[in-house]
Amino acid sequence: MTSLPLLTLMMVVPLVGAVVVAALPSGAARHARQIALGASLVTLALGVAAWVAFDSGSDAMFQLTETHSWIPQFGVSYALGVDGIALALIVMAVILTPVCLLAAWNDVDEAETGRLKRYFALMLVLEAFMVGVFAATDVFLFYVFFEAMLIPVYFLIGFYGGPQRQYAAVKFLLFSLAGGLIMLVAVIALYIAGPGGQDGFLVEKLIGNVDGSPVALRWMFVGFFIAFAVKAPMWPVHTWLPDAATEARPATAVLLVGVLDKVGTYGMIRFCLQLFPEASKWATPVVLTLAVISVIYGALLAIGQTDMMRLIAFTSISHFGFIVLGIFAMTSVGGAGSTLYMINHGFSTAGLFLIAGFLVTRHGSKRIPDYGGWQRVTPVLAGTFLVAGLSSLALPGLSSFVSEFLVLQGTFMRYKVAAVIATLGIVLAALYILLMYQRLMTGPKPAFAEGAAPRDLNRREKWVVAPIIASFVVLGFYPKPVLDLLNPAVDRTMQIVGVTDPAPTVAAPGSSK
Amino acid sequence: MPAVFQAVTVDYVAVAPMLIVVAGALVGVLVEAFAPRARRHGIEVVLTLAVLLAALVVLAVWSRDHLAVTVGGALSVDGVALFLQGTLLVLSILSVLVMAERFGGVGSDAFTPMGASTPGSGQEDAATRAGYATSEVFPLTLFAVFGMMIFVSANDLITMFVGLEVLSLPLYVMTGLSRRRRLLSQEAALKYFLLGAFSSAFFLFGSALLYGFAGSSDLKAIAQAISSSAGGLDGLLLPGVVLTLIGLLFKIGAVPFHSWTPDAYQGAPTPVTGFMAACTKLAAFGAILRLAYVGVAGNRWDWQIGVVAIAILTMVVGAVLSVTQTDVKRLLAYSSIAHAGFILVGVLAFSKAAIGGVMFYLLAYGATTIAAFAIVTMVRQDGSEASHLSQWAGLGRRHPVVAGSFAFLLLAFAGIPLTSGFTAKFATFAPAVASGTAGIVMVVVGVLASAVTAFVYVRLIVLMYFTEPVDGVVALPASIGSKLAIGVGLAVTLLAGVAPTYALQLAGNASQFLL
Repeated sequence: MTSLPLLTLMMVVPLVGAVVVAALPSGAARHARQIALGASLVTLALGVAAWVAFDSGSDAMFQLTETHSWIPQFGVSYALGVDGIALALIVMAVILTPVCLLAAWNDVDEAETGRLKRYFALMLVLEAFMVGVFAATDVFLFYVFFEAMLIPVYFLIGFYGGPQRQYAAVKFLLFSLAGGLIMLVAVIALYIAGPGGQDGFLVEKLIGNVDGSPVALRWMFVGFFIAFAVKAPMWPVHTWLPDAATEARPATAVLLVGVLDKVGTYGMIRFCLQLFPEASKWATPVVLTLAVISVIYGALLAIGQTDMMRLIAFTSISHFGFIVLGIFAMTSVGGAGSTLYMINHGFSTAGLFLIAGFLVTRHGSKRIPDYGGWQRVTPVLAGTFLVAGLSSLALPGLSSFVSEFLVLQGTFMRYKVAAVIATLGIVLAALYILLMYQRLMTGPKPAFAEGAAPRDLNRREKWVVAPIIASFVVLGFYPKPVLDLLNPAVDRTMQIVGVTDPAPTVAAPGSSK
Repeated sequence: MPAVFQAVTVDYVAVAPMLIVVAGALVGVLVEAFAPRARRHGIEVVLTLAVLLAALVVLAVWSRDHLAVTVGGALSVDGVALFLQGTLLVLSILSVLVMAERFGGVGSDAFTPMGASTPGSGQEDAATRAGYATSEVFPLTLFAVFGMMIFVSANDLITMFVGLEVLSLPLYVMTGLSRRRRLLSQEAALKYFLLGAFSSAFFLFGSALLYGFAGSSDLKAIAQAISSSAGGLDGLLLPGVVLTLIGLLFKIGAVPFHSWTPDAYQGAPTPVTGFMAACTKLAAFGAILRLAYVGVAGNRWDWQIGVVAIAILTMVVGAVLSVTQTDVKRLLAYSSIAHAGFILVGVLAFSKAAIGGVMFYLLAYGATTIAAFAIVTMVRQDGSEASHLSQWAGLGRRHPVVAGSFAFLLLAFAGIPLTSGFTAKFATFAPAVASGTAGIVMVVVGVLASAVTAFVYVRLIVLMYFTEPVDGVVALPASIGSKLAIGVGLAVTLLAGVAPTYALQLAGNASQFLL
């Protein structure tokens, strides 16, 4: 059972699915969607199996490992493995993929068989790369997935997006590519500074073994950090995200913002902190400042948006600010909060993007002022949108609250000012979400020229929304299973960085002093 | 001074591939003289391919066990020379397959029926009607390949100069033989010839100065003279090195010696452009490697900084100017300039790993570039090549396979992982980073330049896929030969990206100069 290469299978299944979908004869192209969904569900089953096989009590840094030599001349191995953080992100990705496929069911006209096949094939290719990028335990392999991932996303935006899709696709690609290429220099330097040899790119071999002057290590840290900051996206390199998110199809936007951008924050933990602990501490003040700016700036701009997809994109910039804040606070509470936030944010963004997408398919406009009073005609849609929004603004009882609270608590333990300013972000979040809801859904019943009122969520759409809402509630009330998964990995990261939680300055009540 | 003539010893097995190629070229000339006109094309193509293949087999089976400095020290058939010669032969076979493309006509489609006729004249029409065909290009190609093979193994500045001329002269002629847009083609040939002759003069002058310094034109003797420098004529060394390097940097199209590249690439018949971009570049880098590593490495601290500056300039100018291009061939020309800069970064690392990396890059880039130019020959509007970028709009809708292949090659040029472009860049940049500060600076400039060029390639992909098709632009159905060349180019591009171990190992094992 454990000898089964689960992680590789989780890439092979979607890739095979993609090939099958792409190779379907035109006559059978209608079945592309079913096959794609089937492949993603099989992958999901494998993901669940991986979760079951994962032992969160284990001392090993990575589990479910597979290591094969790939390019020994470069020191590159095909090495996969997961710790709690990676596994949680992979499971999130494989849950969201079938949800997105279902949401994207009618994105492409069934008559255009070629386009239909390509769309679903690209989604599956993207899923395979997403699993790969989180599972890679070889820096070079990670880089390969990191860059290769751009190509399917580029085509998903460029082929299937809105009117400005070319601009958005090229902007996305260039930002990511430029960040990635800077990282490439750091990757090369890392190998040279590391132990070298035929498997010198293995993360496990590199941790604690990167030699070099503090200045060199700082430059390497900066090389990695810039790439991840573009991906995450942090202010001031975030400008590609709103364009990409609004021009992409909602399903693509979910995979892009909800999953792919997590590679940035995941990379900060896996590579920036673990490989360059000293440099990370050196950079902390700057990173925290940028994170706080992202929190406030994203929230303020979200309030000002009239395009709902752009609005959701800006909320994500704010939320990524929180995640980065928790990571670089370097406390176990903050780390746990950030990693949990990565999961929660994936689901709450999915909810917002997809339900907003359903709204757009009914009315054909992304502009918020074009709506109003929709809770009277589509109550289920409005209700689910409200729940997703409330989760996004961190209402207690829904998932994001737990993580946001942990992040702020963890940050406050060490950086009080940053935590206090970031708390403003929560207030602003209530503002942008509730204002958007108010403008879209409340008010008098809208007058439809055609006479026919739009239909409420159909069965397919309900199936899309149900798992997302379920995740809000489950993770909001009982996050323990996920936290149990994440905590050992977070603690190990703290250990590698060499920091411990600051002792409480005020004695807890009841403690003998 | 030796009083009696001493016969040099020749290791015939080591030089057999070169001899086979030059013999094949001579036979090709005889075919031109005696074979009936209608059958020349077929005979020449088969002969040329057979000769190149035979040379490759001899090289791979026998010559590789005969590493030797031979012909009186003039040629050094070592690992580097053999790897580069083998790669040259493979790339030439691909090029010849593309040159032989007829698209249903009498002779090669890319070449004018009669090079000597005035463009647009009645003589030209008559030649076309009479079914003339310029099948001379095949022996000319063989002569050029022969020159390149000498060039990469020349252990002596005089031999190197002979190789340089033998490879250049046929190329000047071939550049001027385009069937369409003949005036542009002839202009390109003239420019290429004049500037090429100029650079040859630089090289020769530099060689003379180095001879004055060392008392010998032998690279090993020059190296010894540098290390045991006794003063006296030291002042000749640096100018000599600089001038010889200029002569070689001209051939790779390094900035500021690049100005011929876009014109020659645009004007030359497209298959010849592919041949030049892949093979000439490879041969010139072979010579640079040998001159820099074997000959004048001793005083590299004096001249290296200048070449570093040239490498940086080459990458930046190549990348930035490629942004403004509106012609596919000129775009690929500027891209080849940028790539020359990337390879120079590897050359300047001065390590064994760097030699292997550079050779791997040359192999990967050559295969990709020949396939790319082969695809350019296929895309037509009203019979002539649709080389303007606007004509490529929407090609992906009409010809998904052709456009898809081209897009894949462009991604390789851009250096996206899982293509040869990425592994090749890694193989040259890694030794550069290891070599020190100058290397790191060059690599940083290199990756930024890559990002700029990526923009250019992506824009072309956007054009092919996301815009409305232009009426009348078609991709002609290629013959089996062209398809084979493109297929091999694509396969190498993919394999060198996904499973480069074998090629890297081959290049790594071969990266030892024989002194």
